Formats: sequence, C-alpha cells, structure tokens
Amino acid sequence: MDAFLFLTFAAIAVVCGINIIVQTHPISSALSLVGVMGALAVLYLMLGAEFIAAAQMIVYAGAIMVLFVFVIMVLNAGGERLTKRSAYVRIFGVPLMAMFLGLIAFVIQAALPRGEMVTFGAFTRGGPADVGRALFTQYLLPFEVVSVLILIALIGAIVLARKEID
Amino acid sequence: MNFYLLTLIKTGLIAFVLLTALAYIQWIERKVLAHIQLRPGPYRVGPHGLLQPLADVIKLITKEGFIPSHVNLFFYVLAPLLAVALALIPIAVIPFGPEIDIFGVRTWMQLTDLKIGALFVLAVSSVGVYGVALAGWASNNKYSLLGGLRSSAQMISYELPYALALAAPLLLLNTLSFREIVNAQAGYYLGFIPRWTIFQAPLPQVLSFIIFLIAGFAETNRIPFDLPEAENELVAGYHVEYASMKFAAFFMAEYANMVTVALVTTLIFLGGWHAPFPAPASNYIPVVAHVLIAAIAFYHGTQPIRSWDKYTFPATGVICLGIAGLFLVPVLQPILMPLFWFIAKAGLLLFVFIWIRGTLPRFRYDQLMNFAWTFLFPLAVLNLLATGFMVAVFSK
Repeated sequence: MDAFLFLTFAAIAVVCGINIIVQTHPISSALSLVGVMGALAVLYLMLGAEFIAAAQMIVYAGAIMVLFVFVIMVLNAGGERLTKRSAYVRIFGVPLMAMFLGLIAFVIQAALPRGEMVTFGAFTRGGPADVGRALFTQYLLPFEVVSVLILIALIGAIVLARKEID
Repeated sequence: MNFYLLTLIKTGLIAFVLLTALAYIQWIERKVLAHIQLRPGPYRVGPHGLLQPLADVIKLITKEGFIPSHVNLFFYVLAPLLAVALALIPIAVIPFGPEIDIFGVRTWMQLTDLKIGALFVLAVSSVGVYGVALAGWASNNKYSLLGGLRSSAQMISYELPYALALAAPLLLLNTLSFREIVNAQAGYYLGFIPRWTIFQAPLPQVLSFIIFLIAGFAETNRIPFDLPEAENELVAGYHVEYASMKFAAFFMAEYANMVTVALVTTLIFLGGWHAPFPAPASNYIPVVAHVLIAAIAFYHGTQPIRSWDKYTFPATGVICLGIAGLFLVPVLQPILMPLFWFIAKAGLLLFVFIWIRGTLPRFRYDQLMNFAWTFLFPLAVLNLLATGFMVAVFSK
C-alpha cells in the first residue's frame, strides 16, 4: 500500500513537473506547479513530516501560488510562442542535461549515508511541536537569519513599488 | 469489525447526511431570508416548500449543460469539480461526536482523526480558492474574470486573520487533533461555566472567536464579503458562464464551505459536542425543546387557518413528541446527546450566517481590503501575542 501510494504521487509529481515546462500558457504551468506541490505534500505526509506537509499546502499552494495565478490573471498573460531552437541547444542540449542529472545523482549518492533505506512510518517526530522545538533550539540562528532575509525582501519590494508610483 | 467496511459505512452515511443537509440549508436560508423580509418564501412545492430542494436538484440535473464556445475547455470543466471536491474534503476530519458503541462495535463519530486536523482544514480551505479563480479565468468573460480576481485577492487577505485567530485558541488547547481539541474543552469551572475556549482561562478567546467568524464569512464569500459574485456589479461574478450541474457544483461548494466553517468554529471555540451545563440537567433540554415545539404545533392545530392545518400541525406535534421520546431512551442517549449539542451549536452559527445575509449591505472593495489589512490583521496579531503571553505566564 505504501509503495503503491508513493509511486502514484511520485508519478504525479514528475508528470506535473514536466508539464510545467511543456505547457505554453502561464496559467497551465502555474497550476502544474500547484500539482507538484500537492503531490510533494502527500509524500511528506507519508514520510511522517505532517507539519511540513500542511505548511507546504498552506504557504506554497494556498498563498504563494494563488498570488502567482492572481498576477498572471491581472496581467492577462497569453500563451508563450515557441521559437526555433538555436544551434547550441540542438547540439549541446541533451548531453549537457544528461551530465547535469548525472552530477546531481552523484552528489546525492555521495552525500547520503550508505545502506540505509527510508521506510514509511519509521519517522514519527514530524509534528508541529517537534518542528517548533527544533527551529527554536537546534536551528535558531538559520531560522532568524532567514526571517531577516525575508524582511529585507519585503522592504525591498515596498521600496521598488513606491518608486513606480512617484 | 473490518476497518474498510466500517469506514465505507461511515463515509456513505456522512456523505448522504451532508448532501441532504446542504440542500436543506439552502431551503432554510430562503425561508429565514423571506421571513426577515416579511415574505412567505418557498411555499408551493410540498408543505411549506419542503420539497423545493428536491425540485431544484431535478431542475439542475435535467437542464442543458451547455459549454460556451469561447472558454478554455479543460479549466472550465475542472473548476467546478475542484471547487466542490475541495469544499467537501474537510468534512473527513471533523468529529460529530465522541466514541460510541453500536451493537458492540466501538467507533468514533468521525471518519479519520489527523494529528494535524486543524491545519488540514486550513490547508484545504486555502487551496479552495482555485476553483473560483479558475472558473473566473477560464470563462473568458470580463465579469467572471473580475469575480475570480476579487476572490483570490480576498482569500489571500483574509487567510491571515483566519489562521491567526485559529492559532490563539490552539495555544490554550495545546493540540491540533480535533478529538483532543474537543476533549480539552470538557468540564466546567465552578460546576457551571463550561470550559469552552471562549470562556477558558487564562484568556477567554472571545476576540479570536469574533475575528475567526468575520474572516470565515470572507473565506466563504458570504455577504457582506460576497464581492466575487456581487450581482449588481458583476452579474453573477465567477459563475456567469456556468449552468446546470456545473453551476450546482459551485452552489454546493459555497454551502459546504459555510458548513465547514460553522463546524470548525463549533469544535474549536464552542466546545464541540459538550453541553453548556453539566450532564443530568442538560440531558433534559432537547426533550423540553421538542415538547415545547409539539405544544405550539398542537395549539395551532386547534385554531386552523387553512383547512389542512387540522391534520398537519398535530402530525408535526406527534413527530416532535416521538423525537423527544427518543432522547429519553438510555441506550440512545450517549449517541443523541452529543449530536444534539453539536448540531444545535453549528446550526446556531449557520443561522447567524443567514441572519447577517438578511441584515448587512455589501462592502466596497477598498473598504474590504482596508478592513482586512489595517484592522483585522493587526488585531489578530495582537490577540495572538496576548494569548501567547498569558499562556506562557500561567502554564504549569
């Protein structure tokens, strides 16, 4: 059952991911991204990371992507037109991509501990309390740095938006 | 009993009751609105228009489900499906009562209990806007598009006070699972003040309750926040181009969202299925209420205005007496009492929804946004900080 669910939602995530770049219309791409996020949330949930799964849906799918879709609708962006591929892309595209994927696979292989398979249901400390405790003890500095970073982005956005009006 | 069989039975039961209730909430809404405006409301189909929902369903199913030629077909069809599916999903984690015993089978009156139940409801309701936004965009109609845009802007804005107002009582209750949320509100202070979160020490969550309810109105696109479908500006907003079952799907989604907000508010703020005062006395309230209704019906039966009143009023009275009798059967009490209190509280909230629709005018768009960002959001943040402070000071 676990393997079946995993394969189903992993397949949905991959198909939606490919769909993001295949689709020519921005709305279709944005909604494919929502599909990827939803499928990932289910995978998080299966791995026991309940809070991350809920946060993924609330923050990414429910707030950020809604804003994306909103902006696309306001700008009334039409479908993108495909241009002819340049010579570089035709010659080097596939080999470069294969190399890049190989590199990622190698890094993941090297970074992860060997011989340990992930089992569904083995990890149980993914609740809100555990995540909160980890954020405010073990990862306090990264957490605060990230919040400052977001604040800077927010102030930057407001400054840029103000200039336009004046 | 087999887990799958049990879940299947419960799912079927909840789906049937919920869908019927959705149709009849619409009847109740029309009736209440009518009486607010001194009209009789639906009256022709069945006694007091009681069969009106059925007639509406038949009408909507048999109508021609045309698809306009200028729409984006995939998203046009997807939008109502998405809207109704996302509106119905949260019911799966909502408990309607405690653990009960039916013919030796112990089970909760709930489909499933997630450890993150409250967050799950929040997540699904925050994704729910896609149905409305996509419908507005895919219809390729300027009124629809405006409706969809308004809806997404409104949902993003009101999501924040909604979530913050939800977080404050959760600090007191210290859990996200709905079962534990309700259990944490059991018992009474001084023997008569219920420990519901709106009364609970150290900081009664009355302010959170009000903010949550206001934001809930906005999340469900109800008056005074129904700008996405404002009739006099946008014809019908996001569902202008929809007819037949696709329109019915949006209609159902709106009422399902309303029911979800009412149920979640009851669970988190009003103590779920716990009675407002201790057990032996509170068990007689439903009996007394039904006997009172029966008495009124019998009284009106003796003074018939229309010829059939001689039969319909006493019949109603007998039915009410029968229900009152059911509440006195000791075997049924553990099932019926929690259900009665839960439905009574949620029903009261639904009545408030309808009452406000009959009372308040619609916001102007800039007022709507100003209200969310300059008033409700800061208030919710302050409320959360105050609650957090009080919990930190008084917790053991």
